[in-house]
Amino acid sequence: MPSDHGDVAVVGAGPAGLAAAVTAADAGLDVLLVDAADAPGGQYYRAPAPGLGAIRPEALHHGWSTFTALTARLARHRDAGRLRHLTGHQVWAATRTGDDRVLHALTGPDGREGVTLRARRLVLATGAVERQLPFPGWTLPGVVGAAGAQAMLKSGLVLPGRRVVVAGSGPLLQAVALTLARAGAQVPALVEAAGYRAYGRAPLILAANPDRLAEGARHRAGLARFGVRMLTHRAVTAVHGTQRVEGVTVSRLDRAWRPVPGTGRRIDCDALAVGHGLVPQLDLALGLGCATRTDADGSAVLRLDEDLRTTVPGVWAAGETGGIGGVRLALAEGESAALSVIADARGGRAPARVAALRRHRRRMRGFAALMGAVHRPGPGWPEWLAPDTEVCRCEEVTAGAIRTAVDELGAGDSRTAKLLTRAGMGWCQGRTCGFAVRTLAGPAADTPPDRRPLACPVPLSTLARAVRSEDA
Amino acid sequence: MFTRQPLDVVVVGAGVVGAACAYYATRSGLSVAVVDGGPVAGGTTGAGEGNLLVSDKPPGPELDLALLSASLWRELSEVLPRAVEYEQKGGLVVAADGASLATLTATAAGQSASGVRTTAVAPDELPDLEPHLAPGLTGGVLYPEDAQVQPALAAAHLIRAARDAGASPHLGEPVTAVLTGPTGAVRGVRTPAGDLLAPAVVNATGVGGGEFAALAGVELPVLPRRGFVLVTEPLPPLIRHKVYAAEYVADVSSASAALQTSPVVEGTPAGPVLIGASRERVGFDRTLSVPVISRLADAAAALFPVLGSARVMRAYHGFRPYLPDHLPAIGPDRRVSGLFHACGHEGAGIGLAPATAALVTAAIRGEQPPLDAEPFRPDRFGAGTGQQPRQHPARPTRQEPR
Repeated sequence: MPSDHGDVAVVGAGPAGLAAAVTAADAGLDVLLVDAADAPGGQYYRAPAPGLGAIRPEALHHGWSTFTALTARLARHRDAGRLRHLTGHQVWAATRTGDDRVLHALTGPDGREGVTLRARRLVLATGAVERQLPFPGWTLPGVVGAAGAQAMLKSGLVLPGRRVVVAGSGPLLQAVALTLARAGAQVPALVEAAGYRAYGRAPLILAANPDRLAEGARHRAGLARFGVRMLTHRAVTAVHGTQRVEGVTVSRLDRAWRPVPGTGRRIDCDALAVGHGLVPQLDLALGLGCATRTDADGSAVLRLDEDLRTTVPGVWAAGETGGIGGVRLALAEGESAALSVIADARGGRAPARVAALRRHRRRMRGFAALMGAVHRPGPGWPEWLAPDTEVCRCEEVTAGAIRTAVDELGAGDSRTAKLLTRAGMGWCQGRTCGFAVRTLAGPAADTPPDRRPLACPVPLSTLARAVRSEDA
Repeated sequence: MFTRQPLDVVVVGAGVVGAACAYYATRSGLSVAVVDGGPVAGGTTGAGEGNLLVSDKPPGPELDLALLSASLWRELSEVLPRAVEYEQKGGLVVAADGASLATLTATAAGQSASGVRTTAVAPDELPDLEPHLAPGLTGGVLYPEDAQVQPALAAAHLIRAARDAGASPHLGEPVTAVLTGPTGAVRGVRTPAGDLLAPAVVNATGVGGGEFAALAGVELPVLPRRGFVLVTEPLPPLIRHKVYAAEYVADVSSASAALQTSPVVEGTPAGPVLIGASRERVGFDRTLSVPVISRLADAAAALFPVLGSARVMRAYHGFRPYLPDHLPAIGPDRRVSGLFHACGHEGAGIGLAPATAALVTAAIRGEQPPLDAEPFRPDRFGAGTGQQPRQHPARPTRQEPR
């Protein structure tokens, strides 16, 4: 039975983490798989809670068989004692002590119990969260995240409304609209801020990724079947309703994503599912000192080599942390990272599979970069904000307050904007408003990403006990 | 590249010290530019807790400077908007045992002789001042002059007030060279946006103070001393004063490179409780140290058991700019005519900013300083000019976000 000290610890049991953990265990390494959820799968393979009695969870998923194969391997390794799957463990910090990588986690029924885990090597597969761009009315009940709406449906089998407009940018929106429509919601429109024609400017990348092309065609055919109107180069610029959503105004955008005056059209709905793609969760990696780069979509992502090594020795990363790329890329990277970990632990020659995975990854990363560039928010998006639009919901900081801090008080980056307005200082620590605050604070080109040394809130008494476990 | 209108002073650094220098120099009638490669409060100022303390300084030149600064902060609080969150909440220093109390009492007596207001607090009076303090403490001293300010807002509003009085801020413009004339005297600074010409240049670059001095061709041994701060979730008002353990004073003036932690706990107007203070000399190491923040949490819970159930939302670090004798460098540099320093305040820069600015402004104007500036002489560390002025870019003075 592996102890709290593993050959490798994997943080996150989504597609990348699962693939990494079972691949490492296949080779006989002692594996710790640490995840905040109670069941494997992460955000992508999210299953209905057992109490809901879902008969066909796969109905809401593509590639469910891949997932069941991974979980079967996971169960085998767990039963054989090669792998410990620590569910319900929220990692709040990762550090280095000598040759060990150390994970500090919270667990227990109320999340107050502190646990320290050690391993020689660490694979970070911490995934991503949805990127939100604020707009007038986005705080009204009935406005939900697009990925959030899908998660609600997958885990709770509930719809955000009966008539749901899906808006924002990115290929995820098509999947979300289709999932909602299949589950019985009426989806009057899918509102995409970018256009799909930009994909056509990179025919070589498309030709190398026929699966993605086919998927896009399948989605569009499905959406047409359900009568979902596809509106491109448009955004929701107002939400109507007093208690909750009664309708939205959709406006045309110019190339820079500035709303074109006089183009607003109202669409009645009782819910709005909105999202602008995903942003990697890098808190643990940044706490360890891993270097980042700016990806095609404008987000900070980890700097990785071909074997998925970060710039910190003994630390690998796979999946969305290295750039948003989707489930297939995450699965391939999880496996690649594990093969590199195995080579590091055992020595010897890399298996032939490594070269194939590298090619596979390069091809998919090419598509991901194209996707990121197409859907990267245009520089003019802040023009759809009114001065009283809340940007930071936790601390109730408006766009006007942030602009004053920038124009009048000399806040030239998001850190200073935060210090001068409290934007991003609340419960979510800027995870929701971070991208927006960075844009409003000005030229975000080379500013380092926001650091959150604590990846989640930690009870003070638990933190006070952590030193004894690390010193031990 | 162009050259702007001649100025009287270029202040380099838009932290609280540079902001105060810009403010006081402008108000004295000088024509001032303040320049920084980053935004306002982008360095140690933005990582500070906003301590305006007289209590943590033993009798001596730094205490005299702190007393002057405390009175200047009171004046500033009348002029600056309420948004700077100035609050003269008072400091309460507590002792856990007899020996610690004896040291504290002796320190307080010396401070009192230097003009600090102090009130001895008996153990049974502590709960009246701070109802949630741990039981069993042997006593304390109350310092009613201790105050708090939101440091980034204070710096921003000082610069804004200076700007409104005629100063010109140049944020996001890194200084790449200190310009000197044929006699070696300073005649301005160079930035990518142009030259700023002035017969006086003030080094208010915080932890970048040593590198900036090198740009001007002199040595100033400013080094970073890392500190972590913990921020809890917003809590109802639990803690009324700035409360810290008597050991803190010893840690502040210690020369040791090893880690020291002594609890400093205080509430903020927005609700979160701030917990400091650690000190370690580890260079510019930006990685998280769990042992350090764990010790801070442990010490805070020992002082205020009620905090044990609170959640810590955030931890951040800053780098205090310290000089070997733990006194700042303030005033003219006799090695380079026209070069003035206002840096190396370690953890007391927010508190000492206005008095520092008053000394620097008097020096630039050739007036009598409000107190004896000799102990803060920037060239006191012995080394001569030693180096030729370098023309390469200074390291940006700003640091990681909090």
